[in-house]
Amino acid sequence: MSLPFIIIAIVTLFAAAAAMSLRNLVHCALSLVVTFAGLAALYLQLGAQFVGFAQILVYVGAVAILIVFAVLLTRSDAMPNQAILAPGWIVGIAVSAVVFATLGWAALNSPGLPKQMPPAPEATVKNIGDLLMTRYVLPLEVIGLLLTAALMGAVIIAMKEEPLSKPGSSRRESAPSEKLERTDPALRDCYEAEKGGHS
Amino acid sequence: MTPLQGCLLVSALLFAIGLAGAVTRRNAILALIGIELMLNAANLNFIAFWRYGPNPEALTGMMVVIFSIAIAAAEAAVGLALIIAIYRHYKTANLDEIKNLKG
Repeated sequence: MSLPFIIIAIVTLFAAAAAMSLRNLVHCALSLVVTFAGLAALYLQLGAQFVGFAQILVYVGAVAILIVFAVLLTRSDAMPNQAILAPGWIVGIAVSAVVFATLGWAALNSPGLPKQMPPAPEATVKNIGDLLMTRYVLPLEVIGLLLTAALMGAVIIAMKEEPLSKPGSSRRESAPSEKLERTDPALRDCYEAEKGGHS
Repeated sequence: MTPLQGCLLVSALLFAIGLAGAVTRRNAILALIGIELMLNAANLNFIAFWRYGPNPEALTGMMVVIFSIAIAAAEAAVGLALIIAIYRHYKTANLDEIKNLKG
């Protein structure tokens, strides 16, 4: 084990522990960014450049931003004045300690693990693209379909429920419908102006 | 300790941290972050076995990790959308206060 690996691993694990134990959720999200970046550095160190940069793009760029947005939208950024851990937290900690002990024991005592590092494989972007277009083309298409469906589903789930039949019929639905009526003429004007400009 | 075992230990510790957070924290977003950490630990294992395994030029572990990252992104998007919808309904993201399924 080289010194850079140890340093990156310690930083990653400390950031992960901070992300799971800090009180302020914005700080948790920022520690999570450090964890993802450390994992990307570990991938780079293991010779998986493409996966490392994909990790930075997807996790640091997209997932962390999404989490920060969710924290702000659910107003969780203020400090909670009650306990941050669920009532049965000691059982949860014990279960995860048992899981870590089992996994660590298996990693340290397995006889079949390869002992030395083989020569670095050639994992260029060209090779990956070739494989994605030939052998893994069906999983690639399925992933594309899954991402499209998941993004549409996420938008539909998170969308505000607009009143469909009678706007303003109940007190709870009155606020969004008024907003809708306020914004609608402006949108119509914009649309007509654009249409007039094109014709 | 060989390099592969070092990677496996780091990944096991990351998995345990994610599991502890997902099980013990009260906030729904923190539970989702814990699940993300567990997924990342699995990805690290795939990369380590790909690098130190007997047949690295086939790039199998790398492909699995690429698809796994895509699935994790979809999972994060849908999970956070669900949390926002639940927050709009219950006015809280505390998992202990979300008790009933009735809308």
